[in-house]
Amino acid sequence: MHIAEGYLPPVHAAAWGVASAPFIVHGVRALTREVRSNPESTLLLGASGAFTFVLSALKLPSVTGSCSHPTGTGLGAILFRPPIMAVLGTITLLFQALLLAHGGLTTLGANAFSMAIVGPWAGYGTYLLLRRTGAPLMVAVFFGAFVADLSTYCVTSVQLALAFPDPAGGVLGALAKFGGIFAVTQLPLAVSEGLLTVLVMRLLTQSSKGDLIRLGVLGGRTAERREEATA
Amino acid sequence: MSRNTKINALLLLVVAALAVLPLALGLGDHKEEPFTGADGEAETAITELHPDYEPWFSPLYEPPSGEIESGLFSLQAALGAGFLAYYFGLRRGRRQGAALAKETQAKVVGAKTAEAVEAKASADGGGTGSGATRSASVDEPGA
Repeated sequence: MHIAEGYLPPVHAAAWGVASAPFIVHGVRALTREVRSNPESTLLLGASGAFTFVLSALKLPSVTGSCSHPTGTGLGAILFRPPIMAVLGTITLLFQALLLAHGGLTTLGANAFSMAIVGPWAGYGTYLLLRRTGAPLMVAVFFGAFVADLSTYCVTSVQLALAFPDPAGGVLGALAKFGGIFAVTQLPLAVSEGLLTVLVMRLLTQSSKGDLIRLGVLGGRTAERREEATA
Repeated sequence: MSRNTKINALLLLVVAALAVLPLALGLGDHKEEPFTGADGEAETAITELHPDYEPWFSPLYEPPSGEIESGLFSLQAALGAGFLAYYFGLRRGRRQGAALAKETQAKVVGAKTAEAVEAKASADGGGTGSGATRSASVDEPGA
């Protein structure tokens, strides 16, 4: 769930827009480079975008008695690195802002910063860290997607707390309030997103092994071992 | 069902359970309006914290009713799911096509090559093995 249209003061809205812009421009360049140098990855890029489309349309009930939706940005960040998700995530946000009155144009910068920039980077960082420390692929994928999802809504809470500090408790008081609304609601959804991302990654290791090896998700050796295991 | 399929089904089952449990346990019962959107709750919280705040911009287009809105959300999910299905279907078809081409080629070319490929094909369970075995022996053309 993103910050609704008009619900950030103009200065904040503009500041988040300025903060997001370089990431999105850089992402567009990374995306063009990827498509030019590896035309065969266009389909998988489309599939990563499609995954965020599905997941961010799924509003799910949560333990807090309210609803929110996952982001689906972890998968693309793991496959194609975060800059590309800055673009795919922003496209999804733009679709929802224009057609669904969900999120908004004035809050697009702030929402892109949380969902298309911080989420993918935090998720990718977690994934990479776990891989480097020798965690199995699917464990790293689960936590990567989980962190991408949850960190998105932690950033949303911070953004709102900065814009609307509690008259009594200040920014921290407001953070506790917005965190309770967004981050706690998101916990079980982040688990769901982690599991769904693992599912899609499992299907990809069967159907698109070549792509995964080229993108460095499956090492050559890992792939061989996997083949031996399944043969 | 292969082990692979069982694990995939289990993953989906847990996701479904996570979505159904809050409803089944009535976790929204303490609210006046259970299971509203977190973004709406945030709007309420903003108005509580800063009663004088007025949203300074409204959406250019707003779906005229809940029905239209849910329809557009379904459209979004359908577009995404449709493309994902296309992707996985295409990949599977390509893999099967490549396997078939290899088999046909084996019949046409000289005996020596045919023998070699047939040995490989029979190790593959005559080309009717599981998806995992098949992809292990037949690389996709794009790879």
